[in-house]
Amino acid sequence: MRRAAASRRIPWFPVLLAVCLTATLLFLTLPVVAIFVDRSPVELIDSLGEPGALDALWLSLRTTAISIAVILAIGTPAAYLLATRSFRGRALVITLIELPLVLPPAVAGIALLAAVGPAGILGGTIDALGIELSLTTAGVVVALTFVASPFYVRQAVAAFAAVDERLLDASRTLGASEARGFLRVMIPTALPGLAAGTALALGRALGEFGATLMFAGSFQGITQTVPLAIYDRFSTNFESALALSAVLVAVSGALLLSVKLVAGAEAMGGWDAADTRAAR
Amino acid sequence: MRILALALVLVALVAAGCGDDDDDSGESSAGEGGQEQRLIVSAAASMTEALEACAPDFGDAEETEVRLSFAGSDELAAQIRQGVKPDVFAAANTALPDELHDEDLVEQPVEFATNEFVLAVPADSDIEAVDDLTESGIKIAIGSESVPIGSYTRELLAKLRPAQGEAILDNVRSNEPDVKGIVGKVSQGAADAGFVYVTDVNATDGALKAIELPAAVEPEITYAAAVVKGAKNPRDAQAFVDGLTNGPCAQALADAGFGSVQR
Repeated sequence: MRRAAASRRIPWFPVLLAVCLTATLLFLTLPVVAIFVDRSPVELIDSLGEPGALDALWLSLRTTAISIAVILAIGTPAAYLLATRSFRGRALVITLIELPLVLPPAVAGIALLAAVGPAGILGGTIDALGIELSLTTAGVVVALTFVASPFYVRQAVAAFAAVDERLLDASRTLGASEARGFLRVMIPTALPGLAAGTALALGRALGEFGATLMFAGSFQGITQTVPLAIYDRFSTNFESALALSAVLVAVSGALLLSVKLVAGAEAMGGWDAADTRAAR
Repeated sequence: MRILALALVLVALVAAGCGDDDDDSGESSAGEGGQEQRLIVSAAASMTEALEACAPDFGDAEETEVRLSFAGSDELAAQIRQGVKPDVFAAANTALPDELHDEDLVEQPVEFATNEFVLAVPADSDIEAVDDLTESGIKIAIGSESVPIGSYTRELLAKLRPAQGEAILDNVRSNEPDVKGIVGKVSQGAADAGFVYVTDVNATDGALKAIELPAAVEPEITYAAAVVKGAKNPRDAQAFVDGLTNGPCAQALADAGFGSVQR
């Protein structure tokens, strides 16, 4: 009797978990798969030859590279400070840095215009310095940096916080300066987490749309990045929009994968592992 | 392919089961509930203020809730071609509704309003005429080629002296996907001037001023609307289209500065 009851009992919870995972996976991958299934690869490659498509790709890669370089150069030391010092208002500073994470892109565009647009609060100062941001490539970089940097800084803080303090102490005991310890001990140890943060920021920067359009406008070769080019083609040239989308998926996917490979297997779980360790 | 389609349907079903059908295009909700009818109107961005003002007055007696969706006319047309089914398509030209009619996607289009094509500049701008746009250093925002405002602009520039038209195109710094983008760039000072409809300038309450264009080069702008084939709510859709030429919406369009169609 008892055995029969046990065998009739359905393991509902594991089944529920599997169903939910399947639904999540299908929902997230199907639209992406559809981009590639809808047209043959030959057609996709052909429509890339159309004027403007390559301009958009090249512009996206350039502006993303510059903004990531800026984010790494300034965000890494800033994150190190936040991870290793405790000071009044630290939590507030972290929250403010993370704020753009939850801002809708349109709000980011409006905020940039209000701050550094020609009529913005710093507009006069920027103009006096002879710098032009709106409707220029530099404006695209500003927009990408604004929306992407929180992804990196947040991750970098967690990664630095997770480094065993004794490692840094040991390097100090051996006579290394803090700067040397930062470069030789902290960065190499936190590398998987930093790489994971870089991948997230890269993805966000490559995909940026709303803030770029509102702040930098859309002009072929100057401010029209791939997402803007896709939007511009959506109505008149769906083929080309699909082709550019496919390239964006491929490039983003390749970047994500290579960053993970470079940083080693640990980066695969970089952020969650770092978060748990930071919480300890 | 079939598996893919099946899986997509499954995901859609799961999504629909989650109950939030507020943002869909009315696929499942119209008629289901019974009392409240929903009328979905896809309209050109340039009619935003006018239609938002009159939509609440539409069909009170019939308890019809009008949902307005504004974007560039070309995007709305592209959505319809991709299978999105609003009830009404109101475009900032006659070409797009005519094309969709030829493709058997909408009923016979009706011309319902005219608009005036102008140069918009900030109220305190020194720019006084199209001629001033050729100076180097002037930043101009125009509509992208695919959107009606953009094709009107190119039509206009083609009618100018070739050197003048080219000099103006050289000063273009942004090809915006809709009229709002152009107005936004000019009113924020990012661009010095932009080609828009006079109604867009009226809607800025004095922040921008309109510079009229020489009649010889000004393109003729006529708006046309059509009931979408397969509309969930064809009766109200037809009433809405009719109401664009007489009724609260015709009045709202006139208030916003649109002209009426000569018949």
